[in-house]
Amino acid sequence: MSSAALDVGAGATRARTSASDQPRTRTQRSRNTQVGWLFVAPFVIVFAMFLLWPLIHGFYLSFTGESITGAGGAFLGFDNYVEALKDPIMWRSMLNTAWFTLLSTIPLVLVALVMALLVFQGLPGQWLWRLSFFMPFLMASTVAAQFWIWMYNPQLGLVNYLLGAVGIEGQAWLQDPTWAMIAVVVETLWWTVGFNFLLYLTALQNIPEQQYEASALDGAGRWRQIWSITIPQLGPTTVLIVILQVLASLKVFDQIYVMTQGGPGGVTRPVVQYIFETGFTGYRFGYASSIAYIFFAVLVVVSLVQFQFTRRSQS
Amino acid sequence: MTTSVAPQPNAAYRPGYTRGYFARAANLRTGERFWSVGRIVAILALVVMAVAWLLPFLWAVVTSFKSETSAAATPVSWLPSDGFTTDAYTSVLREGNIPLWTWNSLVTATAITAITLVVSSLAAYALARIDFRGRRWLFLLIVASIIVPPPVLIVPLFYEMLNLNLVDTYWAIILPQLVHPAMVFVLMKFFQQVPVELEDAARIDGAGRVRVFWSVVLPLSRPILAAVGIFVFVLAWNNFLWPFIITSDASLMTLPVGLQTVKSAYGLQYAQTMASAVLAALPLIVVFLFFQRQIIRGFSTTGFGGQ
Repeated sequence: MSSAALDVGAGATRARTSASDQPRTRTQRSRNTQVGWLFVAPFVIVFAMFLLWPLIHGFYLSFTGESITGAGGAFLGFDNYVEALKDPIMWRSMLNTAWFTLLSTIPLVLVALVMALLVFQGLPGQWLWRLSFFMPFLMASTVAAQFWIWMYNPQLGLVNYLLGAVGIEGQAWLQDPTWAMIAVVVETLWWTVGFNFLLYLTALQNIPEQQYEASALDGAGRWRQIWSITIPQLGPTTVLIVILQVLASLKVFDQIYVMTQGGPGGVTRPVVQYIFETGFTGYRFGYASSIAYIFFAVLVVVSLVQFQFTRRSQS
Repeated sequence: MTTSVAPQPNAAYRPGYTRGYFARAANLRTGERFWSVGRIVAILALVVMAVAWLLPFLWAVVTSFKSETSAAATPVSWLPSDGFTTDAYTSVLREGNIPLWTWNSLVTATAITAITLVVSSLAAYALARIDFRGRRWLFLLIVASIIVPPPVLIVPLFYEMLNLNLVDTYWAIILPQLVHPAMVFVLMKFFQQVPVELEDAARIDGAGRVRVFWSVVLPLSRPILAAVGIFVFVLAWNNFLWPFIITSDASLMTLPVGLQTVKSAYGLQYAQTMASAVLAALPLIVVFLFFQRQIIRGFSTTGFGGQ
């Protein structure tokens, strides 16, 4: 599988240029350099202005006491980082994020797999199945969250109504500290599983049909085929989906902010929300930046670990 | 030139492919019975899941067509005793900003998509095909930056927008969303598959780089440009965090941001809240119904490179 996320090596090789481009002379090479930079210039400008520069500036800010008024921008050294590492809310939000990532990644991969396997049976009405599972992904986070706030409404919501119908007592899902995170995870599952479902569906199509035919001749039944052909063939896809899902879940903010504002009592507040609140409610740009960079460091470490893990499992 | 020489975006989902697959998948050639227990269970599971996934949306739609009184009535019921009404929609459309926010979303998402496509495809083409000094170094920088999570940039970006005096403008919403290093990577992968010979032929005829790119490479790249365009558009249309931070003027808000303010404004008016949410969801759902194939293809092409 040509996986864009991991297959970096192949792209790093020399540009496959046409014969007339092989820089035989120095002038030709410098001409290529001129034309090349002309082509990349527009992207390099936006890239430098709106990614590279803020990334560097944010790093600098994290060592200062910068606030929105521009006052108090003194250089503080590692003070912000020391404060952050002692800040119980920072730790709490990191743990919340980790907990959310763990709780959400597992169903987001497994349910997507089950959906894809079921849809790939080829029942009539393919468009309807795809619509049902993928459509929520096309909704804005705030739209999906509004729907679920209503679903979870303790007195008027459909969730408690349906649970009541089978004799289970309902909860104030979003207001209850034990259930709030679960409720958020369920909403996230509903909202984003369609994307993973689609990636699995694509992978299923790319399993050569001859493999099924061969095993059918050997007398393998449908279930046997799923276990011995389909699931193993989906291995590399699963690895990629897990990697992407972990990285996506770590960045959770929108739906939690809309549904619980991080509550009750901060039990659902993710680290991105804490960065946001520190920066834009407390107006402490410097401190917010230091938390952002701690978060970034965690993300890089998680990515590197995942990358190493995949490399080892592939070789 | 026929389009058959065009490299296809690899591993895209092919929506028509499973059609008629039912019979084959049933393994009829091995003599397995069609209506086995396993198959019935599988069909039931699929139907149950699909219903479960449609339910929140249907429930919101039904609520939005109730009067406020019956939306807030217990016990919960699908059919309101006083009948369905479009009152919620009328008052949301009359008093609210939904049309304006939809327009803002459309303007910003369209601009983001158009500019991103131009800027990224030019860069991707150069990275794929032109052997310029600094290419490898630039390539590594772009690929490495895929890992940078947008939330890390919100504080310095806001600071930058303050200094550029752009807070509460369309440009402030648009500019930071033009940088999609992963999409440059996806496009570059595609351009590398375009046969060099096609370009050579044009260049022997005296066409310059820009001309070759414009009239040979781009026409062959429509599928991938569509895929990237769809991906970027949906992302921009639904983006919440950045537009939320950078707009405080209600007349400049995008749909997702505006909707968040509706929630607090309407308070306990459930029918109106749901009507707003349904209206906000509607544009992309309608587009999806019409272009399901293209959208699904687009997301499955860009999926792995896109996150």
